[in-house]
Amino acid sequence: MGVDIKIPIGLMFSILGIILTVFGVISNGAPIYQHSFNININLWSGIFMLVFGGVMLLLAYLSKTRKES
Amino acid sequence: MESFKLAFVDYAIMLVYFAFVLGIGWALKRYMKSAKMFLEAGRALPAWVTGLAFISANLGALEVMGMAASGAKYGWMTVHFYWIGAIPAMIFLALFMMPFYYGSKARSVPEYLKLRFDEKTRGFNAFAFAIMTIFASGISMHALALLANRLLGWDYNLSLWISAAIVLAYTYLGGLSSAIYNEVLQFFLIVIGFFPLVFLGLKGIGGWEAMKAKLDILAQGAGFQEGAFMHTWKYTGSPNSNPMGVEWFGVVMGLGFVLSFGYWCTNFLVVQRAMAAGSMNDAQRTPLIGAFPKMLIPFLVIVPGLIALAYTTVSPDFLTDASGNKDYNLVIPNLMATYFPNGVLGLGITALLASFMSGMAGNVTAFNTVWTYDIYQSYIRPGQSDKHYLRVGQLTTVFGVLVSILTAYVARSFNNLMDFLQLVFAFVNAPLFATFLLGMFWRRTTGHAAFWGLIGGTLAAALHHGFTVPAGATSLVKGGWTGFVLHTYPNEMAQNFWTAIWAFSFCLVLTIIISLLTKPNKTDEELKGLVYSLTPRLTEKEYVWYKKPTVLALFVGIVALVLSIIYW
Repeated sequence: MGVDIKIPIGLMFSILGIILTVFGVISNGAPIYQHSFNININLWSGIFMLVFGGVMLLLAYLSKTRKES
Repeated sequence: MESFKLAFVDYAIMLVYFAFVLGIGWALKRYMKSAKMFLEAGRALPAWVTGLAFISANLGALEVMGMAASGAKYGWMTVHFYWIGAIPAMIFLALFMMPFYYGSKARSVPEYLKLRFDEKTRGFNAFAFAIMTIFASGISMHALALLANRLLGWDYNLSLWISAAIVLAYTYLGGLSSAIYNEVLQFFLIVIGFFPLVFLGLKGIGGWEAMKAKLDILAQGAGFQEGAFMHTWKYTGSPNSNPMGVEWFGVVMGLGFVLSFGYWCTNFLVVQRAMAAGSMNDAQRTPLIGAFPKMLIPFLVIVPGLIALAYTTVSPDFLTDASGNKDYNLVIPNLMATYFPNGVLGLGITALLASFMSGMAGNVTAFNTVWTYDIYQSYIRPGQSDKHYLRVGQLTTVFGVLVSILTAYVARSFNNLMDFLQLVFAFVNAPLFATFLLGMFWRRTTGHAAFWGLIGGTLAAALHHGFTVPAGATSLVKGGWTGFVLHTYPNEMAQNFWTAIWAFSFCLVLTIIISLLTKPNKTDEELKGLVYSLTPRLTEKEYVWYKKPTVLALFVGIVALVLSIIYW
């Protein structure tokens, strides 16, 4: 199949990761975190998704260069 | 249950997901040049993609919420649906059945029945499956619209039509590949969206050990031994000593053998994912790769149920709805409302929406393949060009989604009718595995025997249901419709397990008897590649060890065994 699925997965989770990370930083210490025992769960989830998205994109890049060489 | 207050960030997350779903469909569109591409994903996908789609197709939102509900109702015993109730069947499918599905020229499970047996057996299975999948898709849509209405305050009709339009758009554009790609996306969303829920939930209850302690108190309060909610096998000696009301034999034979093998090995919805793989080796590895996350999913979907149950010791009304009734389906929404701030709240809801929609898409694409190949091409217009069938496949997508919408409205107005139809499908499905088992491993099995065995097995299921009831049953849909109750089961689950056992056994015996009385309708030459004894064995020598299906299967089996021992 012509579309490597790692690319849309990587892109989507990177974008979602950026949204949550930025929102987590802006909202740090806000009352909404009373839900989560004052843990900034948005920031942690955001960072995790950024890493996951990045790894997916890296793998997609590697399999593309491997195919070309 | 109160409705969520979504913020801008939650909607932003949802929109990003919708954009990607549609984008994937659009990107795949230019590859959809043949019916094979559209309906079989070109048989070109890598094993990890089909493997994740394989379990994701069974991880719809109804399953996710249902498993959490079962967790709160029956405790950790619910893992039987994931370990004994899935892993042995997935190993069997990979090692013993995939060679025939993938190796024969069959493009669908009903088509395999046609090649192996005859036209009428295929017809019976194709029609039953087509109606059943569309029906399942409609139920999924109804549940999504209902939940969106209750939790998010969205209009029922609007939620229904918009979700249907999105599913239609991406399956029309990208066919089966689109559905599979979105299942993989959904898999990661569920994992990443539910992990914070379990983490925060366990933290809220004071950790795993504190949760166990609270469940021990609840178990004793309900009249069980204190570990009854946390052990999976220990209290299955008698149905009265565990919350599920089942005994080990019913679990092993009913769930672990008949129901589980019937579902994982013969249901085209999941088998289709494996058949879309790029090679025989990839097809065989599909269920085995899927088995690893499958074994761990209970920690994400059943543990929330345990947490919610334990939480009722702190807040007794936690699982009670507005009118004061126990409602176990509240587990996931209530936990999200309690522990999720805006942001991850949007992520969690998006994960649920994603699993609703991929549930619909999975059903619509499976329906598409069976309708186009097994019904349209076989009975309505055979011998047309590939372009013609591609077009029919695309139009079937539109038709399938429209019928699903109709079904959703029927489900909304006639709840009893839905229960009744689901029951009928359960009867039809119950004996299926006996037919496949005999077909694949006993070459003497004949076409007539397969067909009448299936009919007989279906009737046996209906009759068993007619003569037994679960304790406390109030409606005939639950059982005892003949008016003569010969046996009362402790609960519905035990009754379901035994209905399946009866249907399977009756179909097996009937098929063997009729086979011996009728002449074989296929020559050995015709059965090559379809029956075990007439098919050359596959060798796996050319693969590295981690690509050998037997090595993977052994590894999967060991992990499942270790998990079962730890949580016995």
